[in-house]
Amino acid sequence: MDGKVDWMAAGLPTEGTNTQHPRAGDLARRDVPTCGLNERVAEVRTRAKEKGWDAAVVVNEERVVFGLLRSNELESDAHVLIEHAMRPGPSTFRPYVSLHEMLHFMVDHKLESSPITTSDGRLVGLLLQKDVAEAVRKELEEAKKK
Amino acid sequence: MTREIRRDEVRKLVDAGAQLVEVLPSPEYEEEHLPGAIHVPLRRIEAQANDVLDHDRAVIVYCWDTA
Repeated sequence: MDGKVDWMAAGLPTEGTNTQHPRAGDLARRDVPTCGLNERVAEVRTRAKEKGWDAAVVVNEERVVFGLLRSNELESDAHVLIEHAMRPGPSTFRPYVSLHEMLHFMVDHKLESSPITTSDGRLVGLLLQKDVAEAVRKELEEAKKK
Repeated sequence: MTREIRRDEVRKLVDAGAQLVEVLPSPEYEEEHLPGAIHVPLRRIEAQANDVLDHDRAVIVYCWDTA
């Protein structure tokens, strides 16, 4: 087989001490709106806002991530095709990455959100920096109590 | 007979009763391993295999990656 890393990257269950701490895949929001390359900004913006989102992930039929639309892109010209409006090829992370590692990277690179994908690029969900920061804060508080 | 398999086949074989064996050092196994995997470090596999493995069931051995 391709090894443990491939199993973990697919978001499959594991056992052990590491699994007691939430990781990127646990916090990634599965309900993030998705869209295709051939849609227009207006329809995706409407769909996202109806769900209370200011972001959407651009995927193909197999949910492989092509790009990301954050608030700036969603506010661009309504008639523009998503393939021209999106941020292509965003940095993606595997579900097993620790929250501390994610937080450092997202803060350092000023990322408000990052797609979490399997090793073959399929979307697991969108990880929000605010969710990671809150989870890390709680974890540190719990550690102090012990 | 040994052969290389992918994770989908791992799941099928485990469901059918195959034994999963992680050969990485103890700290890595304790931190994280596949569900139900037993631990036999690589350097001890020849000495321990007969004692810990069922000869009548398939055995899937894995490490960190394919490298």
